[in-house]
Amino acid sequence: MTAVPLQSSAAPAGLNVEALETARRVERNWMIAICSPSLILVGIIIFVPVGWLFWLSLFDAEGALTTANYMRLLQQPSYLKTLIMTFKVSFIVTIVCLLLGYPLAYLLSQLPRRAAGILMISVILPFWTSVLVRTYAWLVILQRRGLVNDWFMSLGIIDEPLQLAHNFTGVIVGMSHVMLPFLVLPLYASMKAIDRDYLRASLNLGANPVRTFWQVFFPLSLPGLSAGLVLTFVLCLGFFVTPALMGGGNVFMWSMRIEQTSRLYSNWGAASAMGVVLLALTLGILWAFYKLLGARNPLAKGLR
Amino acid sequence: MSDGLEIPIPHRSRLWLYLLCGTVMVLLVAPSLIIIPMSFSDSEFLEFPPPAWSLRWYQRFLESVEWRDAAVVSLKAAIATMCLATPLGTAAAYALHAGQFRAANLVQTILAVPLIIPVILIGIGDFFLYAWLGMNNTIFGLVLAHTVLAIPLVSLTVASGLKSYDMNQEMVARSLGASRLKAFLVITVPQIRFSIVSGALFAFITSFDEAVIALFISGGENSTLTRRMFNALRDQVDPTIAAISTFLVCLSILMLLMAQLFGSRRGR
Amino acid sequence: MTAVDRSPPVTIRGIAKRYGNTTVLHGIDLDVKPGEFVTLLGPSGSGKTTILMILAGFVRPNAGSIKVGEEEIVAMPPHKRNVGMVFQNYALFPHMDVFQNVAFPLRQRGLGTAEIASRVREALDLVQLGEYAERRVDQLSGGQRQRVALARAIVFEPRILLMDEPLSALDKKLRERMQIEIRHLHERLGMTTIYVTHDQREAITMSDRVAVMNEGRIAQLDTPKGLYGRPKSRFVAEFIGESSFLPVERDGTAVKFGGRPLHMAGGVVPGAGKQWLVLRPEKLSILNSQTDAALNQFQGQVKEVVYQGESFVCYVTLLDGNEISVRNYSRGDALARLPEPGQPIRLGLSPEDVVLVPEEEAA
Repeated sequence: MTAVPLQSSAAPAGLNVEALETARRVERNWMIAICSPSLILVGIIIFVPVGWLFWLSLFDAEGALTTANYMRLLQQPSYLKTLIMTFKVSFIVTIVCLLLGYPLAYLLSQLPRRAAGILMISVILPFWTSVLVRTYAWLVILQRRGLVNDWFMSLGIIDEPLQLAHNFTGVIVGMSHVMLPFLVLPLYASMKAIDRDYLRASLNLGANPVRTFWQVFFPLSLPGLSAGLVLTFVLCLGFFVTPALMGGGNVFMWSMRIEQTSRLYSNWGAASAMGVVLLALTLGILWAFYKLLGARNPLAKGLR
Repeated sequence: MSDGLEIPIPHRSRLWLYLLCGTVMVLLVAPSLIIIPMSFSDSEFLEFPPPAWSLRWYQRFLESVEWRDAAVVSLKAAIATMCLATPLGTAAAYALHAGQFRAANLVQTILAVPLIIPVILIGIGDFFLYAWLGMNNTIFGLVLAHTVLAIPLVSLTVASGLKSYDMNQEMVARSLGASRLKAFLVITVPQIRFSIVSGALFAFITSFDEAVIALFISGGENSTLTRRMFNALRDQVDPTIAAISTFLVCLSILMLLMAQLFGSRRGR
Repeated sequence: MTAVDRSPPVTIRGIAKRYGNTTVLHGIDLDVKPGEFVTLLGPSGSGKTTILMILAGFVRPNAGSIKVGEEEIVAMPPHKRNVGMVFQNYALFPHMDVFQNVAFPLRQRGLGTAEIASRVREALDLVQLGEYAERRVDQLSGGQRQRVALARAIVFEPRILLMDEPLSALDKKLRERMQIEIRHLHERLGMTTIYVTHDQREAITMSDRVAVMNEGRIAQLDTPKGLYGRPKSRFVAEFIGESSFLPVERDGTAVKFGGRPLHMAGGVVPGAGKQWLVLRPEKLSILNSQTDAALNQFQGQVKEVVYQGESFVCYVTLLDGNEISVRNYSRGDALARLPEPGQPIRLGLSPEDVVLVPEEEAA
C-alpha cells in the first residue's frame, strides 16, 4: 500500500481489523435483537399512545389545529386550583413518608441481614398488595362507622365520629401508606451500602453516636434519600386510585381530572393536554434532579 | 466481621427509634391484614371485632356471575402476563448485563420508561390506541399492557440475580464447545432460576393487582376484578369487596412467601 | 508535633471472645512497653484483627482487662477511648476534603479554628502531604489516602496507635516504602503502636516485637530476630520465613539425623516430645569436594533448579527420601556453577544454624 488517500476512514491498519469489527457488530446485533421484543412492546404500548396524546392535545373538537386546550388550562382558574391541590398533597405525603420512612430504613440497615430480611416483609407485603385493597382497607378503618371511630367512641374519647375518610386526611393517610415502601426500599439499599468503617472511624476519632449520625451517616445517606424523595413526589403527582376513592369529592387531583374529563366529558383534547402537562412536570422534575445530582457527583463517586 | 449492630449503642437510648419503627411497621401491615377477619363479619358495616361471624360476603362473591367472571379474567391475564414478561425481561436483563454494546444505556432507559410515566397516561393512551385497533375490552390488549409494566420489574429482579452470578461459568461452557444460547440455558439459567422465578411472581402479582390501566381498557365481559372493585368502591362501600380483598391479600402473601422461599438474595 | 514522651504502656489480660460456639480468642495476655511497636502477626482467622477491634472498642470481649497506663478501658465506649486508628481501607470520609477529614477529631474536641488549622497543617506536613489540604478524597492515590488516614489518626495526639493492615491495599514497592516511612514516623513520635498484618516480612521489618498468633492464641511473642532464629514451635518456624523440616531422633542429650549425630552449637537442648530440625534454605551451603568436618552434611540429588532473579532455589531429594531446598544468592560465579537436575549434591549446615522445634508448642 503506497499512497493512502486523505479521506480514508480512521480505521487503523492492522491484522484482521475487518473480521474483528464484523464480529463485534454481530454480537451487538444479537444483543439488541433479544431486547427488541421488549423494546417494540414498550414502543407500542407507551411511546405511540403518549405521542398520540400529545398530538391529540393540539386539536380541538372539530379537528382544527389549536392551542385552545392548553390555553384553557391557563385561563380557567379551576385548573390552577387542581394543580395546587395536587402539589400540596404530593408535598405533604412526601414529608410524611420522609418522617416515617427514614428512621425505619435506618433501623433496618443497622440490623443483621437475617433480622432485617424478616422485618422487611412489613415493607414488602404492602408493596405486593393491590392499591385497591389497601385503599379499601383504610376506608373501612377510617370511615364514620369504621374501626377507629368505633374504638374511640367506645373508649369515650370522642362523642361524634371523626371525619377521617373521604377527605384530605384520608387521602394523605392512604397515599402515605402506598408510597412509604417506594421511599424505604431504595433508601435502605443506599444506607446498606454505607461502609460501616466510616462510622467506626468517626466514633474512634471522638464523635459520640449522635454526632456520628449527623456528621457522617446522614450526609452519606443524602444521595439515596433525595432519589427516594424525588421518586415518591413524582409518583404522587400522577397518582389516581387512592385520591379518587378517598377524596370524597373534596380532594381533586390532576389525575382524577384527567380521568373525569375523558370519561364524563369525552373531551379528549382537554384530557390529553392535561396529560401532557403531567408528563412534562414529571419528566421536568426528574431531569432537574438528575442534573443536580450530576453536580454532586464527586460525592456519589466517593462512596466506595 | 458480623454486619450487625456491632457499633455499641445501648438499646436504652434508642428506645424511641424502636417504638417509632415498630409503630410504622404495624401501620404498614395492619390494614391489609385486618381486612381478613373483618370479611367474616356478619354486619353490613364490617365491624371489628365482628358481632357475628358469617360467610355471607364470600357467598355473595361466589354466587355472583360478574365477580366470578372478573376473577377469571384477572387470573388469565396475570398468567399470560407472567408467561410473556418473564422471558422478555430475562432476555433484556441478560443482554444488558453480558453484552457489551454502546446502546446499552439507551436500552436501559427505554425499559425503565414504564415505571416513570404516570400510569394514568398509559391508561388513556392505550384506550385510544386500542379503540383504533379494536382491542379494547380484550384480554389480549390487557396482557400486552400489563406485560409492558412487568418487563422492567422482571428485568431488575433478574439483573440483581445476574450480578451475584459468576459469568465466567458461561464463558467456560462456551470454551468447551457450547453455543452461547446453549450455555445460557444449560449453565446460567439453572443458577439464576431463583431470580427468574421471583421475577415471574412479581409479574403475576403486578398484573393481577393492576387497577388503573384495567379501568380504561378492560370492560364489559372482560372486566378485571380490580376494575369491578374500583367501580363498586366509587359508588358505595360494598362489603363483598372485603371478601375479594381478603382473597387478594392472601394471594399477595402467598406470592411473597414463594418469592422469599426462592430467595433472590439468599444466594442459594 | 513533639515526641509523645508520655506514651503509656498497654496491659492486656485474659481477653476472651466467643461467637456462639466458636472461640475466637482464648484469654490473651500481652504487655506492650511504653513507646514500643508491637505487631500482631498471623493467618486470617487467627484473631489478630479481633484483638485490635476490642482495643478500639468496636467489639466487646466476653472477659478480660485492657489498661492503657493505669486506666482500664475495656468497658469504655469507642468515642471516649482516645486511641488513634488506621483502618484497612482508610475509611476517609468521602463527603469531606482532606483538611476536614484531618480536622474532624479536633473539631470533636472543641478546639478553636486557628489551632485546628495549625495542627492539621503540622500533621499533613509530617506525612508529606502539606499541599493537599484542599483535595477531595477521590482525587488521591492509594498511597496518599493511606497517609491522610495516618495524619488523621495522630493529629489529636492519641495515647496509643492502632493499625489494621493499613498497607495491604498497596502494591509491593509502595508498600515497602511505606513500611519504612511508618517506622520513621514511629521513631519520631514515640507512640505505643499495635500493628496487625498477615505479612511476616512486614512484621519483621517494622516491629520491635512480634506476637505470632494462631487460632486465637499467641504462639510466640519475641523480637524479629528471636522469632526467626529461635522459633519455639513448628507453626512459628513455618510461618516466619521459608523452611523445610527434617525429623530427628534423640539419643540421650544428643540428637541424630539419619543415624548420624548433629553438630549443634553449645546450649541447644532438645525439648521433650517429637523434634524437628528447621532447615532454612538460605542457611544451607552447597559443598564441593572440600568438606569441613565441623559442618553437618546432607547428601542428595538435585530435583529441580528455579532461577528467581536475585537468588536461585535448588530442590533436593535427600538419600532417605526427604525433600529440602537450598537458596543461594546470585553472587560472583554462582550462576555459572548452577547445579543440574539429576546431579548428586552435598549440602552443609553450620552448627550455629541448627534449630530444633517441637511438633506442638509447649502448653
